[in-house]
Amino acid sequence: MTPAQTEVPQRRGTPQDSAPTPVISVRKLWKVFGPKADRVPDSEELCGLTRRELMDRTGCTAAVRDVNFEVSPGEVFVVMGLSGSGKSTLVRCLTRLIEPTAGEIVFEGEDIRDADDKRLRELRRRKFSMVFQHFGLLPHRRVVDNVSFGLEIRGMGKAERTKRALEVVELVGLSGYENSYPDQLSGGMQQRVGLARALAGDPDVLLFDEPFSALDPLIRRDMQNEVIRLHHEVGKTMVFITHDLSEALKLGDRILIMRDGKTVQCGTGDELVGAPADDYVREFVKDVPRGDVLTLRWIMRPVVDGDALDGPELGPDVVVREATRAVLAAEKPVKVVENGKLLGIVGDEEILAVVAGQEGDM
Amino acid sequence: MTVALEKPENADTAEPAEKTAPVAGVRRVSRRMVVAAILVTWLVLFALLRGKQTLTLAAADLTDLHRWFNDVNDTIGADRNSNPLFLYFFNEIRLVIDNLVTFIQSLISQPSDGRPLPQIGWLGVVGIAGYISWAVGNWRVALLAVAGFTFFGMQGLWQESMDTLALTLSAVFVALLFAIPLGVWAGLSDRFNRIMTPFLDFMQTMPTFVYLAPLTLFFLIGPASATIATLIYAAPPAIRITAHAIRSVPETTVEAADSLGSTRRQTLLKVLLPMSKRTVVMGVNQTIMAALAMVTIAALIDAPGLGKTVVQALQSLDVGTAFNAGLAIVVMAIVLDRVTTAASGRAEAARRSGNRFLKWRRPLLVGGGVAAAVLVYLSHTYVWAAEFPGEGSTGSTIASAADDVTTWAQDNLSGITNAFRDAITNGLLNPFQTLLTDSPWWLVGAALVALGAVLGGWRAGVTTAVCVGLLVGTGVWSDSMTTLASTVVATVLVMVLGLTFGVWMGRSLLVDRLLRPTLDAAQVMPPFVYLVPFLALFGATRFTAIVAAVVYAVPVAIKIIADGVRAVPETTVEAATAAGCNTWQIITKVQLPMSRSALTLATNQGLIYVLSMVVVGGLVGAGALGYDVVAGFSQGELYGKGLAAGLAIVLLGVMFDRITQAAARRASA
Repeated sequence: MTPAQTEVPQRRGTPQDSAPTPVISVRKLWKVFGPKADRVPDSEELCGLTRRELMDRTGCTAAVRDVNFEVSPGEVFVVMGLSGSGKSTLVRCLTRLIEPTAGEIVFEGEDIRDADDKRLRELRRRKFSMVFQHFGLLPHRRVVDNVSFGLEIRGMGKAERTKRALEVVELVGLSGYENSYPDQLSGGMQQRVGLARALAGDPDVLLFDEPFSALDPLIRRDMQNEVIRLHHEVGKTMVFITHDLSEALKLGDRILIMRDGKTVQCGTGDELVGAPADDYVREFVKDVPRGDVLTLRWIMRPVVDGDALDGPELGPDVVVREATRAVLAAEKPVKVVENGKLLGIVGDEEILAVVAGQEGDM
Repeated sequence: MTVALEKPENADTAEPAEKTAPVAGVRRVSRRMVVAAILVTWLVLFALLRGKQTLTLAAADLTDLHRWFNDVNDTIGADRNSNPLFLYFFNEIRLVIDNLVTFIQSLISQPSDGRPLPQIGWLGVVGIAGYISWAVGNWRVALLAVAGFTFFGMQGLWQESMDTLALTLSAVFVALLFAIPLGVWAGLSDRFNRIMTPFLDFMQTMPTFVYLAPLTLFFLIGPASATIATLIYAAPPAIRITAHAIRSVPETTVEAADSLGSTRRQTLLKVLLPMSKRTVVMGVNQTIMAALAMVTIAALIDAPGLGKTVVQALQSLDVGTAFNAGLAIVVMAIVLDRVTTAASGRAEAARRSGNRFLKWRRPLLVGGGVAAAVLVYLSHTYVWAAEFPGEGSTGSTIASAADDVTTWAQDNLSGITNAFRDAITNGLLNPFQTLLTDSPWWLVGAALVALGAVLGGWRAGVTTAVCVGLLVGTGVWSDSMTTLASTVVATVLVMVLGLTFGVWMGRSLLVDRLLRPTLDAAQVMPPFVYLVPFLALFGATRFTAIVAAVVYAVPVAIKIIADGVRAVPETTVEAATAAGCNTWQIITKVQLPMSRSALTLATNQGLIYVLSMVVVGGLVGAGALGYDVVAGFSQGELYGKGLAAGLAIVLLGVMFDRITQAAARRASA
């Protein structure tokens, strides 16, 4: 099961054109729980075992196994997997809330695993912030004091941190609740407090650990939109953990699918849907409305003799759903053109096959 | 010792698991038969060997061990001012504690510095009590505190009450000084927690009484020993609850603080401690209640205060005086309990009430403080505010009323009470006691070991064997068996009552709501107090001690059983009802079997509570070990025997505890 790493994601105009230096590069990351966990990543033989076999042989559980990925500046990188797949462990390894067993985590050229306690604290205070599934708020503090907690930890003065906290409270739409206590707020609002707390320190990277899993579906949608809005406004790099594929597709520029601690596939949403790496991913993306995710690039067919080539032109990264009307309205097949080069054409059948969900395996 | 016993828990539970499930049913039946077989064999052998090798020891007789203890006591007494261990360790501790107690006593209870009265008179104390209760709690408990304290004065027990309060406060102060840091440590460190737990178990398992004897060896008889015994008894709940509070702070919150880059210190001060404050205050409440209970018992080693009044009155069978002082203890218990309970809920309540009140809180606090200070000044300066006015006439009224009731009860109810007493004594207690005391010691010992092994597994059997051996070694075997008989009879009664009420409470919310406050209140009372009314009803007999013990132990048993029954999942009961079970079937086939571990736990706690009370019953004619201990405190030549009897109590406690705990582990496995 080799991870299918697909490069060059091109969606939503992510600033990726010139492949900028990644903010975070994770290389060969391992986290093994259990007695003498160190030996597992070093031993070729143990690496090859399945989780179950490893447990029986050594009493160890490998939560994260040889995971590699890079996150670009300003990107929303989603790690998706079912419960027990190791995704929450993975995100905790990034700031060493859980100490990784082996591998590298390079942040702005510095391996986080080499940082001493002081440096690590400094990184957590200034560079990273995390939003938790169960909020982790302090029940004995008011909203504003919860939000300013991180600043207080840094040693910022009271007046200054309160001022900053109030700004952030307003940013996440909690104005008027500054003086409430967490247990007086609904779940969604509590998570807004968690979000505000993470934003208050103005970090470079925001980490989200299934932040909306504990919320009602409607509230969850609101909060997802809130994250998208904040991403537009503050443009932070985000690493987002979820078990919900639609959430992953909605938020993620790129998505990494994990299973049993391993990377199964890493790519953009349309790559996962259009070219699933194996049956596991295929099963996962089965129910996704394909027209919402796939782009013309995925459904176009090569030009054959006799095709009319005087139809309208569209780019390869136009989502099928958005192209449907144009394609169906045009008399001739639509040409898919990128940088003046003809890649293929899309006709009514191709569009209808996707929209009507009849498309066979690709 | 306990460490070694705790550790192999896994091995124990793994063993029955190896046997396949179908065998389990067969095994349970056979276990019951084995128990029956052991009992039958015992009875047969008893009939044959009755009266032989019973190891009886007359009240004034001593064994070599007792004489040796006496010698040790004398040697220590002689060395007290020369041995470096005493000079630089025990004496220092005693001195510090003594100074603390004397200081607090000089403030509120004892005349000092050439003054005829303590530094702060009754008005000042009442003022401070009211002010503190209001500041940490609310105005309702403040009123309660003021009323309660005034009541002590009206009872004519002002000084005794203040002595008790002074001892309690010093013990609580020292206990918390150690307990809270230790608790925090145990909450933070798994390893330290593992080390502490068996010690705490041991400290809490032991009947309160038994701390007293060894302590007097090192710290002499008097307030210092009393305070130290009290703080040993009172510290464990605070340690345990603090550790629990720290541990139950949600992990996410700690993780969130870590992810924001807080240092360990910041996490502790800003997250863990504030979030566990409320629970820790509940721990303080437990500590205060335990301390009060122990301070009254410490009257046996000459601790001043209300306990002493009760002991003296009990020894002279003066029910009226004992009742009056007992009532004062109860009132103090209620006041302290209510105030600390209110304190744990205060922050919450204040927050809910909104900010309007908070704005006024600070000036009001200052104002109240000034008022209290004025009262303290008045009571320091003027006699009328220092010495409680009146002759304590309310107290004499209460005492004589109690006497009247007693006389009336003895005149009119003696038929019923005596019949009841005789029925239990002759029907249950005497035969059982005869069986235990008249059998050869090795027969009883073998039966106990066999029962321990069958009920609690071989490990418990080994513990029992060791305990039996040591019991024989203490030289008070016969007395131990008498105490054992009383304890077992009382425990049987406790379990009968506990099952009846526990199941009733577990099944009906209404009953629960009605009974629970009474049970809570009953648990708050120091055990001493229970003796008084039953002394009035049943006179000074073994039976009085048993009834008092039952009343003392039954609330715990009821609560544990009720919680166990309540914890049976609703759906299971529903399924049984759907299958057509009637109420009796639901109770016997679903609810009781499913709360088996609660039942065993209730038995364990029942036994321990009863044991500690049966011993206190030595004061009112229960004889046996309790009497030996009490006599040991008062008569020098019996000191060694008292100490041995104290050890015997510990051994009985350990034996019961290990067997029932092993049985409980097996039940829950």
